[in-house]
Amino acid sequence: MLHWFSDPLEFQFMRMALVEVVVVGVVAGVLGTYVVVRGLAFVGDAISHAVFPGVVVAFLANVSILAGGAAFGILTALAISSLSLTRRIREDTAIGVVFAGAFALGVVLISSSPGYTRDLTSLLFGDVLAVTNTDIYLSLGFGGLAFVVAFALRRALILASFDREMALAMGLPVFWLDTILLLLITLTIVISLRAVGNILVLAMFVTPAAAARLLVDDMGRMMVVSAVIGALSGVIGLYLSWHTDLAAGGMIVLTATGIFLVTLLFAPRHGLLTRMLRTRNAIDTPSSAA
Amino acid sequence: MATATSQLRDATATGPAPALRFDHVSVRLGDRLALSDVTCEIEAGAFVGLIGPNGSGKSTLLRAVLGVVPLSDGEIEVEGQSIAEARDSIAYLPQRQQLALDLPLRACDVVMMGRLRHTGLFRPASRADKDAVTAALERVGLADRRNSPIGEMSFGQQQRVFFARALAQEGRILLLDEPMNGVDPQTQEVFVGLLNDFHAEGKTIVMATHDLNQAMSVCDHLIVLNQRLIVYGPSESSMTEEVLRDAYGVHLHVQHGPAHVDHIVEDLSHHDGEGHHHDAPLV
Repeated sequence: MLHWFSDPLEFQFMRMALVEVVVVGVVAGVLGTYVVVRGLAFVGDAISHAVFPGVVVAFLANVSILAGGAAFGILTALAISSLSLTRRIREDTAIGVVFAGAFALGVVLISSSPGYTRDLTSLLFGDVLAVTNTDIYLSLGFGGLAFVVAFALRRALILASFDREMALAMGLPVFWLDTILLLLITLTIVISLRAVGNILVLAMFVTPAAAARLLVDDMGRMMVVSAVIGALSGVIGLYLSWHTDLAAGGMIVLTATGIFLVTLLFAPRHGLLTRMLRTRNAIDTPSSAA
Repeated sequence: MATATSQLRDATATGPAPALRFDHVSVRLGDRLALSDVTCEIEAGAFVGLIGPNGSGKSTLLRAVLGVVPLSDGEIEVEGQSIAEARDSIAYLPQRQQLALDLPLRACDVVMMGRLRHTGLFRPASRADKDAVTAALERVGLADRRNSPIGEMSFGQQQRVFFARALAQEGRILLLDEPMNGVDPQTQEVFVGLLNDFHAEGKTIVMATHDLNQAMSVCDHLIVLNQRLIVYGPSESSMTEEVLRDAYGVHLHVQHGPAHVDHIVEDLSHHDGEGHHHDAPLV
């Protein structure tokens, strides 16, 4: 049993991969809390598509894909934020058009690469065992920045999410808070690319946070629980992938999904089975229901 | 700020500045003129009922004081200062539809939001902030529900939490947007009691309401609004037949006396200015 844990640690690339998934799990868990409570899942999905051309260009130019993704992602976040200023076009429509287009551009760009299929697969589904030192430093840098800013601005971000009018009345720059939140989400999406790849990035945000929402009732604890679930999913998924020789990115996301499903059924207060059992007990002993 | 203090001193030398001064205030929302040329002064310590038909600009007037909607013309002064300088003197109870009640927040988290300008964005909440939150929750009778998720509370309890948040702001001017709309009688009683306490403490209250009966019985002044200011004055003398016709566009016979007031209220609560019926289905 101990060997199950210790054997993979003898390999440098496995140790690096573990560091990477823990960083990603924690940061995506925290930012995912905002994504879930503000209903930004679609926006997150759009950003993850939109950074793809940047990732491909960086890949082809042999630069860290995280750097390329970040450059493109920041432009994207600013574009989405500005779109929200005009009411002419429905936001989700505009986002859908622009970012599906960006993704297609990425696909076309990478089709010029000789190792087309293999490269595409690693970008779309992650290749955490190929994580480089630069990737890890960038993840720590971007992730640390996103984590610190999200924590420092939490009061303003939560108030602006809950009650915009009050936030404005208190003199908070609500537009800039929204923009900052999008930028932080973008940075986090970018650092998740190595771990789980472009397609599965969204799961690192919404799945742990959704599970956390079922377990606790306030934003602060939700962030902590979500970060723990995110990091656990990364580590467990990576070990499972190692021992079964199956895709790491997929395993990480499946682990998170598994944790979510267990929570959905058995969460102490909001779990489906828990509630069913409670109702049954209440019927059996009518006095306790009163 | 030194300038603010000296301004205050100047003001006391020439008599206190009014709590709120509207000077030819107009607000344009899109293509629509929501407020037109509103001029009035609300003296400190007044308890003002803000009434008028749906879409008459009641909420817009409050939001203009908060600095949430820009003025297209005119000026608003709060205790002799600009809106931006006076943010700390104002407490606010918003209308509910703009709130994201599904957020994972406990009652005490919501009330703590009222302390944001006291605490600042980055410092942790102080002893004073925590005490203010506890005191505010006690005043609205929810001390035992401080850890309840806001989304799982009843409508009346939620409204009490927002009232507590306004109390925790510790402003000298309290703006309320339809605070008793749809709340249970028990909560309504709590609110009226709290507002009277507030009033007794010498604070200024402006409460938007569509309940004329209530406005006339609890407030000492009324603002009757229908895009423009129809009248501002003491409750007893402001509500004339002419004013009601101007505001609500219906001909009503007004006689003074509680029974008749009740009667008017019943008629008007279903009536809307300019013949619009916002609640009626579109056919």
